[in-house]
Amino acid sequence: MKHLSAIFTAALLCASPVFAQDSLSGPEAFADIADETERSAAIFEEMGKVLTHPRCLNCHPVTGGPTQGDDMRPHSPPVVRGDADFGAAGMNCSTCHSGQNVEFTSDQGSIPGHDPWMLAPVEMGWVDVPLADICTQIKDPERNGGRDLEAIHEHLAEDGLVGWAWDPGKGRTPAPGTQETLGQLTRAWIDTGAACPS
Amino acid sequence: MTSFTVNGRDVDLDIDPDTPLLWVLRDELRLTGTKFGCGVAQCGACTVMLDGMPRRSCVTPISMVEGSEVTTIEGMEGPEITAVQTAWEAIDVPQCGWCQSGQVMSATALLQQIPSPTDEDINNAMAGNVCRCATYVRIRQAIHDAAKTLEG
Repeated sequence: MKHLSAIFTAALLCASPVFAQDSLSGPEAFADIADETERSAAIFEEMGKVLTHPRCLNCHPVTGGPTQGDDMRPHSPPVVRGDADFGAAGMNCSTCHSGQNVEFTSDQGSIPGHDPWMLAPVEMGWVDVPLADICTQIKDPERNGGRDLEAIHEHLAEDGLVGWAWDPGKGRTPAPGTQETLGQLTRAWIDTGAACPS
Repeated sequence: MTSFTVNGRDVDLDIDPDTPLLWVLRDELRLTGTKFGCGVAQCGACTVMLDGMPRRSCVTPISMVEGSEVTTIEGMEGPEITAVQTAWEAIDVPQCGWCQSGQVMSATALLQQIPSPTDEDINNAMAGNVCRCATYVRIRQAIHDAAKTLEG
């Protein structure tokens, strides 16, 4: 039973879409954790609510192409990553996606868009990756686009494509909280040593 | 007012900026070679070239094309489109034909970027162009045939 419980817990901590997380606590919610390293790891777990949301996971795949929707179904039409993380020759991302979300004339949803619109490089993929490993990955310049911690903060707090997750267009659930809160969490995580959950 | 060019011709339109480019092409400019299929970027029938790159016109608000060059199937020129159309006719690719202008636009875009595509290249580039008549085998063959003529 204990073994099953451990498997269940591990499954919960992997980067699969979770939907009962539409709130995001700010760093003040973790002020009672006296140990700074424990507090830092707890803050990263809160950041994980965003990092493992379908709005982020759909374009952070560990294999070929993106998924789509709140249920992370295969992208339709089928698309591939391509050499530049921008789709195939003859049908790249911008064949359909543009610099803005565009509502369908049928009033039945929208096609998402932002400038730029592209997949995260494969080394930055983390679908089904445990949150502790995402944390290690996100700090590794070999796998985060050469970013230091300040650049990671800038990316999460200010990047427009990250911000799209809170303005994803009709038919998609926004990431929990706000980008501002994610930025505050990231700052607090860095200031407490950028520790990772175990 | 939205200003752009279509097939080299200047166009100025006072129209709702959310109007899809496809609506403008077909209803305002009477360029009906570009087809409405699904309206949700799933079938590729509405494919045009926007500043030289393939684009689904059904999900392209007219405000987005301000200052851009739009080329429809009626205005395509160059060795790739000629090779594609010749190959298409040679083996009678179309059946009902509704999707075919989109297929031709995507095939041309592929050949402009990869002159000798593999089957995988073709699959990847053409995956967004649906054909209810299932002419896919002939489409693939015609693209290979067009590529061979471009080599020569």
